[in-house]
Amino acid sequence: MKTYQADEKGYYGEFGGAFIPEMLYPNTEELRQNYLQIMADPSFQEEFHQLLKDYVGRPTPLYFANRLSEKYKTKIYLKREDLCHTGAHKVNNTIGQILMAKKLGKNRIIAETGAGQHGVATATVCALMGIECIVYMGEIDIARQAPNVARMKMLGAEVRPALSGSRTLKDATNEAIRDWINNPVNTHYIIGSVVGPHPYPDMVARFQSVISEEIKWQLREKEGRENPDYVVACVGGGSNAAGTYYHFLDNEDVGIIAVEAAGKGIHSGESAATSALGQVGIIHGSKTLLMQTQDGQITEPYSISAGLDYPGVGPMHANLYRSGRGEFISVTDDEAMTAGLLVSQLEGIIPAIETSHAFAIFDHRKFGPDDVVVINLSGRGDKDLQTYIDYFKL
Amino acid sequence: MNRIQQKLKEDKKILSIYFTAGYPDLEDTVPIITALEQAGVDMIEIGLPFSDPLADGPTIQASSTAALRNGMRTDILFKQLKDVRKEVSIPLVIMGYFNPVLQYGVEAFCKKCEEIGIDGIILPDLPLDVYQEEYEAIFKAHGLLNIFLITPQTSDARIRQIDRGSNGFIYMVSSASTTGAKTGFGEEQNDYFKRIADMDLQNPQIVGFGISNAATFQQATSNAKGAIIGSAFIKMLSEKGTKGINSFVESIKTKI
Ligand SMILES: Cc1ncc(COP(=O)(O)O)c(C=O)c1O
Repeated sequence: MKTYQADEKGYYGEFGGAFIPEMLYPNTEELRQNYLQIMADPSFQEEFHQLLKDYVGRPTPLYFANRLSEKYKTKIYLKREDLCHTGAHKVNNTIGQILMAKKLGKNRIIAETGAGQHGVATATVCALMGIECIVYMGEIDIARQAPNVARMKMLGAEVRPALSGSRTLKDATNEAIRDWINNPVNTHYIIGSVVGPHPYPDMVARFQSVISEEIKWQLREKEGRENPDYVVACVGGGSNAAGTYYHFLDNEDVGIIAVEAAGKGIHSGESAATSALGQVGIIHGSKTLLMQTQDGQITEPYSISAGLDYPGVGPMHANLYRSGRGEFISVTDDEAMTAGLLVSQLEGIIPAIETSHAFAIFDHRKFGPDDVVVINLSGRGDKDLQTYIDYFKL
Repeated sequence: MNRIQQKLKEDKKILSIYFTAGYPDLEDTVPIITALEQAGVDMIEIGLPFSDPLADGPTIQASSTAALRNGMRTDILFKQLKDVRKEVSIPLVIMGYFNPVLQYGVEAFCKKCEEIGIDGIILPDLPLDVYQEEYEAIFKAHGLLNIFLITPQTSDARIRQIDRGSNGFIYMVSSASTTGAKTGFGEEQNDYFKRIADMDLQNPQIVGFGISNAATFQQATSNAKGAIIGSAFIKMLSEKGTKGINSFVESIKTKI
């Protein structure tokens, strides 16, 4: 059977793999050899699910969005990842990875962060487990995401500025990888999305797959069927999307829709629409689609949402795009902001700006009146209030 | 026989120098290469700058950023090197990251290297298995050696595998670290150097990362065939420019 999951070597079609310098080989190899076995261990599963329930607040509701459905004349369900502890889906992965790190005997955690959401989710689980935490963050992002920097510090993490390159997310990721090279034995690197070398994309997707696992039984309760007609998610690196699609990947009756950030317009030169603008290449140890110059230098993306401006995309998504299994749509800053305001006023939910991109799908595409469309509401908008206020002059 | 293989046969310790092409100035590439040969260096690694050099410390990161800002590009480097073999006879290696090579086209890249007279390529993020499955035949058809890295964490079994897959030398990374000059090596490094020497590998080893002066050069080469200096050389270039090359190389070669 054709599958859209990773194969043994971490390839999704032609994408994925582990293009890493030898210095990282022992680290990733240790993880690769152990991750499936550890995740299959009943004691691991029990602890993981217990924490997701009691600490994160899972299962998150699957909510039928009445007024939104009425407006767009289709059946819209919202998967409420915004109700997770720390305000986004990111924590599903950090809970999983901190338990993984413990099983591997690691006593030092590093992470990268752009907007600070993954940094906060990592600092949170490190506090929970009493493990040292260092978060790399681009110097420019530190300046523009002050509240999340403060949260990480309050949680006991050290925030180290990434001063190289463009001083944003991709450079923070480079710094985290360099730290791992320099600390190969005691340190686990908690990557924040389905990116990086094998086994990260597959491991993070598995931790996030709890989202679609819940969608299946929740939809059965509400609609009498497990499979929606469409699942929709925004894609930065692609972790909330991977979790939303996971259990539907190989069921072609379920349409997969990925929404990317077009920034000021795909051809404006200020965009993060990786599938539309990217070429096959290597970023952070993975073969995937990425935004780059003709010469293979990685370029700096732009989006109003700090969580979507990654110049690459996870290899799962590159394959969904290339194979045609996924429908990729890009949404501008303006369309996303407008959709975010609309959802706030129709449903009483202020979404993260990342998520607002997913809601703009309805301006791009029609759905039938009986279609069941599940949108992953990946995060809440508290962190983005200032941006919304400035944008709408509220 | 390839110039690298020939050089490795000589009964001497190899001094190899890495520099980033396009730094300090775009047009410094060939002047640096000729000055290094005249100063008595045995081999040169020409760094193809990359926007995201994962395995490099601050010095090489900064030189790469500066080189790109100076306008260095793959085709410009090839143009600069077009006639380099009229002037220079020591082995020349291109070191860079895989993505720029992939974008240029691996086959086209290797062909250009052969035309110019490049002897080997080091791409730290092109893993052994992918190289062997997809690219080895291309490298070989163009007479290029591909050089692999090992580190203190590399298992003996993997070192043997890399040894079998190599046909020039093994690039022995001195410690678990990114590139960058160190003031000295400790017991740990000495043990590692000795452990590798005792493995009796078929390929000679050249030590890189952290070598900065005569003392670290001699320490590294007491067991290995040679050593590579990168960050310390680039630091010198940023302070003194190309006119500092002769005395830098002399200082490394001073017996202590
Ligand atoms: C709420 C929210 N949604 C989506 C994303 C994008 O990441 P990913 O594509 O990995 O889900 C982020 C990243 O910070 C986020 O905070």
